[in-house]
Amino acid sequence: MEQQIIETDVAVVGGGNAGLCAALTARESGASVTVLECAPVEYRGGNSRHTRNLRCMTDAYTESEYFDDLQRVTEGQTTDALAALVIRDSLRTTKWMKAYGVRFQPPLGGTLHLGRTNAFFLGGGKALMNAYYAAAQNRGIRILYNAEVTDLHLDDGKFKSGRILVNGQPAEFRAKALVAAAGGFEANLEWLEQVWGEAARNFIVRGTPYNKGTVLKLLLDHGVESVGDPRQCHAVAIDGRAPKFDGGIVTRLDCVPLGIVVNKQGDRFYDEGEDLWPKRYAIWGRLVAQQPDQIAYSIIDSKVMGRFMPSVFPPIRSATVQELAAALGLPVQKLEATVCKFNQAVRPGSFDHQILDDCRTDGISPRKSHWAQAIDRPPFYGYPLRPGITFTYLGVKVNERAEVQGFGSGTNIFAAGEIMAGNILGKGYLAGLGMTIGAVFGRIAGREAARAAGY
Amino acid sequence: MQQVTDPIAEGERLMVICNACRYCEGYCAVFPAMERRLTFSEADMNYLANLCHNCAECYYACQYAPPHEFAVNVPKVLAEIRARSYRKYAWPRFRDVSTWWAVAVGVVVAALLAGTRSAAAANFYAVISHEVMVGAFAVVFGFVILVHAAGFLRFWRESGQSAAGLLQPAVLLAAAHDALSLKNLDSNGVGCTYPDQHHSQARRWFHHLTFYGFLLCTASTAVAAAYHSFFGWQAPHAYFSVPVVLGTLGGIGLLIGPVGLYWLKRHRDTAIVDIKQDMLDVSFIALLFLTSLSGLLLLVMRETHAMAGLLRIHLGVVLGLFLTLPYGKFVHGIYRSAALVRSALEASRSQH
Repeated sequence: MEQQIIETDVAVVGGGNAGLCAALTARESGASVTVLECAPVEYRGGNSRHTRNLRCMTDAYTESEYFDDLQRVTEGQTTDALAALVIRDSLRTTKWMKAYGVRFQPPLGGTLHLGRTNAFFLGGGKALMNAYYAAAQNRGIRILYNAEVTDLHLDDGKFKSGRILVNGQPAEFRAKALVAAAGGFEANLEWLEQVWGEAARNFIVRGTPYNKGTVLKLLLDHGVESVGDPRQCHAVAIDGRAPKFDGGIVTRLDCVPLGIVVNKQGDRFYDEGEDLWPKRYAIWGRLVAQQPDQIAYSIIDSKVMGRFMPSVFPPIRSATVQELAAALGLPVQKLEATVCKFNQAVRPGSFDHQILDDCRTDGISPRKSHWAQAIDRPPFYGYPLRPGITFTYLGVKVNERAEVQGFGSGTNIFAAGEIMAGNILGKGYLAGLGMTIGAVFGRIAGREAARAAGY
Repeated sequence: MQQVTDPIAEGERLMVICNACRYCEGYCAVFPAMERRLTFSEADMNYLANLCHNCAECYYACQYAPPHEFAVNVPKVLAEIRARSYRKYAWPRFRDVSTWWAVAVGVVVAALLAGTRSAAAANFYAVISHEVMVGAFAVVFGFVILVHAAGFLRFWRESGQSAAGLLQPAVLLAAAHDALSLKNLDSNGVGCTYPDQHHSQARRWFHHLTFYGFLLCTASTAVAAAYHSFFGWQAPHAYFSVPVVLGTLGGIGLLIGPVGLYWLKRHRDTAIVDIKQDMLDVSFIALLFLTSLSGLLLLVMRETHAMAGLLRIHLGVVLGLFLTLPYGKFVHGIYRSAALVRSALEASRSQH
């Protein structure tokens, strides 16, 4: 049987937010475009499928405030020129998305703190992707699903052709320019284990199982410069009962600051009330990952039930702390002692979970700085916590034209989205920034790839 | 996260997932209503199911839709719960009826009502006397109103809301607006994802043609009855008289609307529907279509010898339609309206 050869002006590897922004923009210039999406149609869109908003500069959220927020979370690990590009173009990009049928809505219930800074997709990320794909199909962009890139052929820093499996059948693709928008490696369990050791086996991957980092690795092996620390990843503490992949938003747990968190030995290990939850949830993945067997338990009592967004799994519920310990498989006397010690350390205050209140502990380590209330009103509830990895930071270095670096000038390889987000987000996280980087750099990469292809 | 077969239990399973996600809250009234709750009783599920207009936006937007292991398919499960709720609220209890059963009963009744008088062209009351016609329809109409009122009250009682909730003008106005404009099939101006995942206003407009066509036909009948009772003006009326114009416009709507709805139904995505309900839907669509077709034919052929037969068929179809209203798809309007009132009531409370 003759092997299929796919020829196109611009090949876009990865069918998420960045990939589709690149494809639509390249098509605007008149280039023929083919999107190679390794997932089947139902799971298209990579991690964008699970997203819900992007961070957007507005009159109320100025460029300088946006930039300061980014400096704060990354502690300076950003590329100022690229960050400024993303921030300045965020509003125009949002308007461009609307023109392609993407719809926005007021902030979702339980997310009011993001109303000023973030634009929410009506229906979430999958609806966003549906709009992009409908627009792409209307404009004659070719989409191949189940199309997994296995090799890239470069000559003197220029992309020539690549090998793919389409529905398991080997094929070759040739293009005048390549856009790499294939995400990070967070779903590649072997790679995670190389970086994190055996602890990685207990990580849960919150998003798509298709982000294996194949294209990232191919590019790095070809000599593209890297950015970001392979050990850096965005990880939050999620419900330990979540599926290994693709559990998405519903597995998150927002009850951590309202109670105590213990490890499998029944010991507390970090200040649960250090700061408002939206500013702290992103450190808890790492904290849990550092505990024995990478598991922890959030313990609350009935006083705070109903004060946090419901999660998808019901809590384990018991009439006494001892019974709860037994039900969770924790050492009974130890947990009892931990709770007792914590309760004795709680100082009187007026509880308000919406502000940094004055309910704190005194005389224990670790302390609990806010929202400390005695855990004494039955029934008692427990949720198991595991590190839930959202995305990785290791990526390819790019310039302001989205060209990958390492070959001198004039390459025809461009990168957008998570695969290059580390250029801007070297550390920490700002809600919705990943989608903004993907959309802005997707458009840049699409424009530049079309130009490199002669359009 | 296992799927369950009991629709209520499956609905509760899904609502827990949806309530932890909330991405769909901008689509329709179902999701804001869901967010007002942490747990979901059977009564809650019946309410949410009747609030759902089965547009499927949430299905296409769902990151957890099949083949995802959470297997979230809200429109389908709510459709199943809705069908069960129709049987639950119906009083007296009933079986689903088919079009032909309804037509047959109607025609037999109409034939029984027919006198032996000669049927001169365009003289309706020579075929069936005015008194018999009015009497038969009054009985059927009374029955229909009684049964639907009972269903509405049973729904309202199960919801646990007070009767006073039904007497707030602002709430009723909001619910009437949503019901009469089919706001929940509009999806913020682009129309719903029906019959497939592309946005379209087709269903909303075909439903408008059907519903407002039905209203115009009812208005035509009411005007004609008033003419007869108060002015002694007897049918048949002139082509450009008020009752005939209303009836003709309504009849055209009631021809195009049901055909359009049927066409959409044939082309819809079967992933989101409860196939078992098809008989109920198609039967109602067919009765509406036959009502209009026989009425318009009667209008055009009222001067001919076909009149007597057509009149019996038309009256028979209308009688069949009305007799089966409480046991067919028509009831969706009753419970959907009740659910919209409850939704408007809850929304008004949460604003205060």
